[in-house]
Amino acid sequence: MTDAATNLHPGLNLGPSHGEAHEEAEVVTFGFWVFLMSDLVTFGLFFATFATMWGSTAGGPGPDEIVNLGSIAGQTTLLLASTLTFGFASIAMKYHDAPGRIAMWLGVTALLGAGFVALEVKDFIHMAEIGAVPQRSGYLSAFWSLVGLHGLHVSMGIVFVGVMVLQIYLLGMTSRVKSRLLRLALYWHFLDIVWVGIMSGVFLAGAL
Amino acid sequence: MSDDFLSREEAAAAAANGERGRDTRAYLTGFALAVLLTVPPFVLAWTGVLPRGTTLWVIAVAALVQIVVHLRYFLHVDLSRQKREDLQLILFTVLLLALMGGGTIWILSDLAYRMH
Repeated sequence: MTDAATNLHPGLNLGPSHGEAHEEAEVVTFGFWVFLMSDLVTFGLFFATFATMWGSTAGGPGPDEIVNLGSIAGQTTLLLASTLTFGFASIAMKYHDAPGRIAMWLGVTALLGAGFVALEVKDFIHMAEIGAVPQRSGYLSAFWSLVGLHGLHVSMGIVFVGVMVLQIYLLGMTSRVKSRLLRLALYWHFLDIVWVGIMSGVFLAGAL
Repeated sequence: MSDDFLSREEAAAAAANGERGRDTRAYLTGFALAVLLTVPPFVLAWTGVLPRGTTLWVIAVAALVQIVVHLRYFLHVDLSRQKREDLQLILFTVLLLALMGGGTIWILSDLAYRMH
């Protein structure tokens, strides 16, 4: 098999030993990329809105009061670690490891993701307590929309991971389950890319 | 049926020779690079040892490089593949974003300037 025949689509390719799960993943994975890129446009426009609202605090709390760099460092660590563990789940699937092992890595991924969301929610609760609510200023509206949209994506991702673990146990490692896991991996890694933008553009720049 | 399963396993074992290690190393490399590109901006933002403008540039460049690292090592998008539709899709999306996002920022900052 040549390289062109084994790498059919973006993301981790399962390789010829997976037969139809490998071949048929090409079209659906590319279709999923189209969705991810449309999602990227959505995030990009939330970013653009945030940029235009920079400094529009209307006398309310600004970045220096709401950015907690310690918490952001923790969230970044958890999300980055979860991307690595999802990679391990993908590799376990590619090399025909036992389903339990794949589910174990997925479980670790979901737990790390849940830790990320928990820290984020804690920050949001603190913000609400000091009056940094979305309706306070343009800056805060844009902040809650952008960071909240990403948090919502991660939360949905955790639900999807749970659904996939159930499917592994109920349906087994069928071609369809493998192909869904490939797409969920893209979704999870993509969210980490968006987080790099939020971490840098919203929090690190805001802390200065 | 079971023969088919065995041969699949054998194929997997054959593919696993070296390839599994390469795949695992790729994810670990991506992870290590991501950490290396995350820590300096955090340290700079935390301590504020450099001037604000310089720190902002470091943060922006580290973020852009890290996005490329994620695409390369986690999403497996690179320049070596023969099917290029996915890269073209990404570049087209970036073009759309530059027009829409860049245009939004340009127009609204111009408006803000004129209203003062």
